[in-house]
Amino acid sequence: MSERQKEIKDGLDRWRETRGRMADRDCRFETVSSLPVNDLYTPLDLTDFDYMRDLGFPGDYPYTRGVQGNMYRGRLWTMRQFAGFATASDSNRRYKYLLEKGQTGLSVAFDMPTIMGYDSDHPRALGEVGRVGVAIDSLQDMETLFDGIPLDQVSTSMTINAPASIIWCMYIATGEKQGVPSEKLTGTIQNDILKEYIAQKSWIFPPEPSMRLITDIFAYACRHVPKWNTVSISGYHIREAGSTAAQELAFTLADGFAYVEAGIAAGLDVDEFAPRLSFFFNAHIDFFEEIAKYRAARRIWARRMKEKYGAKNPKSWLLRFHTQTAGCSLTAQQPENNIVRTAYEAMGAVLGGTQSLHTNSMDEVLALPTEKAVQIALRTQQILAHETGVANVIDPLAGSYYVEALTSKMEAEAERYFEEIEKRGGVLAAIDQNFFQQEIADAAYHYQRAIDSRQRIQVGVNEFVNPGETVDIEILKIDPQIEKDQVARLQKLRRERDNIRVRETLDALRRACAGTENAIPRILDCVRAYATEGEMIQVMREVFGEYKEKPTF
Amino acid sequence: MSRKIRVLVAKPGLDGHDRGARVIARGLRDAGMEVIYTGLHQTPEQVVEAAIQEDVDVIGLSILSGAHMTLFPRICELLKENNAEDIMVVGGGTIPEDEIKALKEGGWAKELFTPGTPLEKIVEWIQENVRV
Repeated sequence: MSERQKEIKDGLDRWRETRGRMADRDCRFETVSSLPVNDLYTPLDLTDFDYMRDLGFPGDYPYTRGVQGNMYRGRLWTMRQFAGFATASDSNRRYKYLLEKGQTGLSVAFDMPTIMGYDSDHPRALGEVGRVGVAIDSLQDMETLFDGIPLDQVSTSMTINAPASIIWCMYIATGEKQGVPSEKLTGTIQNDILKEYIAQKSWIFPPEPSMRLITDIFAYACRHVPKWNTVSISGYHIREAGSTAAQELAFTLADGFAYVEAGIAAGLDVDEFAPRLSFFFNAHIDFFEEIAKYRAARRIWARRMKEKYGAKNPKSWLLRFHTQTAGCSLTAQQPENNIVRTAYEAMGAVLGGTQSLHTNSMDEVLALPTEKAVQIALRTQQILAHETGVANVIDPLAGSYYVEALTSKMEAEAERYFEEIEKRGGVLAAIDQNFFQQEIADAAYHYQRAIDSRQRIQVGVNEFVNPGETVDIEILKIDPQIEKDQVARLQKLRRERDNIRVRETLDALRRACAGTENAIPRILDCVRAYATEGEMIQVMREVFGEYKEKPTF
Repeated sequence: MSRKIRVLVAKPGLDGHDRGARVIARGLRDAGMEVIYTGLHQTPEQVVEAAIQEDVDVIGLSILSGAHMTLFPRICELLKENNAEDIMVVGGGTIPEDEIKALKEGGWAKELFTPGTPLEKIVEWIQENVRV
């Protein structure tokens, strides 16, 4: 210990003695993830800290301070509100509204039948068409969805996983119709099937063929859609399923490494596909823990990509990420309070260096958001960007004893999980052993218990309750008629298209799936022939089989 | 001594949001009930079949996909067709207030628990209202 450190240690001891005589509030001092935190952090918490090794400069390895050299001084984060409901033309109107209000990128939410690969007239789609997102059955719907929105001028993020290859091909084909070559398209498909098995649970096929479709996408994108983010490796849903911050961090990065390994195993050069991998994190309510999480994520990714996977292109080392504020932190009680929660969460994401951000609307705990609520959510970001001053200085919390100690703590927790996953035989094996699912379920239960026992306060839920409260905010309603209209449009398409060509392209797809040929060109042919999503998925289901979970709780 | 209350916690519909269903299944089990969890993506037919086969007293439906106005009535209808309308149906999820009212008044759900309801409250309600 140096002289200076000894001096600090003495000071700390003296302070602690006085401090020890003061009573603490009766509560647990821990993060929302139940990580205990000290009352004070000092240089003594950073004795192993090395500025150049652990932080460096923004835009420089290991990117702890941010992926761009000038961060928000150069360009603000993309304000990207996730939206989609009812029919393609309803959603198209919402997108145009958002673009008019100053939103800078689109983010498409699909309905459950689309997410699960069923056409709108399938019996399993009954009552679900257009409910939680937009219904897309064929290229025709996709053309309507982006009608009047030039695809060479917006970047579009699409939250689609099991059928990602099909929806992506529909987007590429819509570009073709608009005269936009695929090389010019920018955007993201979520395409993160691993977190579906782990948390979000919208799977169709078993893991192996699902991973093959993903590597087919990697290979096709490098050659034909080079500006596209081929996968958005998502912690968001892991967190929403009830995980802690450290679990979100660890499981998401572990998934990322699994995609990298799959790409390498498929014969691709890591530097060919890794620069197009992107991430998606949650912004939960525990401000500092979240900021530490993002900073740790960048550092871990850069180190592993460089050191373990031998990536040479610095773009392969960058962890670029989208953030969404935590839906699970919002309450149905006193929903207006959700505006405040979301604002704090958004600030955490920005101080953590996010590349794009979705702020939840106050009413999303009750239904899809109304236009008014969406506008407030977007304005929250604009106030953050233009009034608060937080975008003026890059990584302003660096050097905070607490934030740096917490960043290192997050990294250590993640490393502990990586070891455990490796011991279990990797991510796919750990999924099969129910490891992630059980870890998350345990954390979720623990959290709920803490709320119920009032060890943890949630305003308006277990404290500061308004007795006899009735919710009097406007709720967006989806007209049941839209399901009937969507089904009618779909059936009309089935009658009017060239059904011989549809059959031929579907047969070619079946052969590609059964063999080793890249399936993407075959999917594109089906899409161009107006084969429906459900028809293509059915072909794949017959070849690949279906995934079944072991229901545990 | 009366026997344990048997509950089927079910996830009908296509969405995969199972945090609530799993937390509640565990909470009810810890409160001494016998709990069967269906897993995700169940059709109404599968839910009713499981309820009858497992001889449960109550079905708890967890729905976060917005399809509640279709799924609750469909499940009640199927219970009736199978002469099993003595099985009580309750539920939870993101359901707006007026639709909660409509589901209860229509007799399609005995009680609905929205986000933020403490586990204890659900346990108590079931213990008070389910006769075994």
